[in-house]
Amino acid sequence: MELCLGIPAEVLETRREGELLIVKVRMGGVIREVISAIEDLKPGEYVIVHAGVAVSRINKDELEEILSIWSQIV
Amino acid sequence: MALIERRIKELYERNPLSRRVVEEIHSVAGKLREKGFNHLKIMNFCGTHEWTITHYGLRSLMPDNVELIAGPGCPVCITPGHYVDLLVELSMEGYVIHTYGDAYKLPGSKPVGIRSLYDAHIEGGDVRIVYGFLDAVKTAARERGRKHVFFAVGFETTMPSTAVPLSKGIVPDNLLILSAYRYTPPIMRYLLEKVPGAHLDGILAPGHVSAVIGSEAWRFLPEEYGIPTVVAGFEPLDVLLAIYYMLKMLYKGEPGLINEYKRVVKPNGNPDALKAMRMVYEARDAYWRGIGVVPRSGGYHRDEYLKHDLYHYLGIEDKPVNDNLPGCRCGEVSLGLVKPTDCPLFMKTCTPSSPYGPCMVSVEGTCRIWAENLPLKL
Repeated sequence: MELCLGIPAEVLETRREGELLIVKVRMGGVIREVISAIEDLKPGEYVIVHAGVAVSRINKDELEEILSIWSQIV
Repeated sequence: MALIERRIKELYERNPLSRRVVEEIHSVAGKLREKGFNHLKIMNFCGTHEWTITHYGLRSLMPDNVELIAGPGCPVCITPGHYVDLLVELSMEGYVIHTYGDAYKLPGSKPVGIRSLYDAHIEGGDVRIVYGFLDAVKTAARERGRKHVFFAVGFETTMPSTAVPLSKGIVPDNLLILSAYRYTPPIMRYLLEKVPGAHLDGILAPGHVSAVIGSEAWRFLPEEYGIPTVVAGFEPLDVLLAIYYMLKMLYKGEPGLINEYKRVVKPNGNPDALKAMRMVYEARDAYWRGIGVVPRSGGYHRDEYLKHDLYHYLGIEDKPVNDNLPGCRCGEVSLGLVKPTDCPLFMKTCTPSSPYGPCMVSVEGTCRIWAENLPLKL
């Protein structure tokens, strides 16, 4: 119900309602349907869900890369 | 051990790298002091960054010459009061109002009486809290005999919630939208150009807004204003590292743009979302509560989508009223000009359970964040 919190979620299923892509996601222990603002989402991918919309993919490789950069910097 | 000290201890234990980044921040800040930088102001745009900073007591970890300031990144806080007034009225006339939980207690322009949708619900208005726009679509499709209104509050992160379904043509005819959308880059430009005393040395750009609009949308900050800018994630380590990057850029005299949140934010954002947003909304001058009219900062429905626009349907003008509540300093808090603790109403007349001003309503509001993390360690 909170407007501004982006929450990481796993895509479980996808379906179409007309042209709209709707995805079932798991956010922590909660499963719900959200609108996808990414046209080609697939089950198994991770996304940021914001106000009931999957707005961005989470790129695991980038996460590993940034952790590696951090450990080099400090 | 006090609450904040305990959180800092937990942070250091959970991620030892944090302590080392803090040491590096002190080291660079010391060198900057030698160069004459005695008071560096770093603004975090986003309310969630403010939560991270306040909850983990990051301000208390900063060197004396580094001040962290909260910015205008709480959409509920800057949503005009006359929108709430109108929705309160409509809820009493038989319209079904759908709102995010964040905006439920947002006061309109009246200091007393039925001030919010929460008050309207108590007085018999039909107000429903939704998780997202999809809930409103489903309800309106089920209850076709009634007019429904969705209160579309938010920045670019929230705009796809209505833009995508509208662009796909799946919104029922009986569902109207009050677009309170605001674009974020224009408010930063406004802040830097129009607000006296708003000098900034670094900007922590919003992570999830940037996931939609792209990190490149902030390039103008270093290029036109010479301000080091970092797009960052929301973990304490993300924020600490962003501060370190900004100080390092200042020390080198090379203000630039760094995307620390690459795991979510791409340089050009989310093209699918942007395409839908451009198709459905156009930017026009718009009023920000407590701040004023900001050029090309409001998302308004384009002609093709006017049949879903509330103001168009009612045939009335979106005209701001004086919505500054007497004594409330939310506008100045949103611009980073004063702290919540500078407001005489903070935690007296205005509390999270009984908010008087907009900055105490949303979980992203600076006053609310400070109030929920007392005692503060600044």
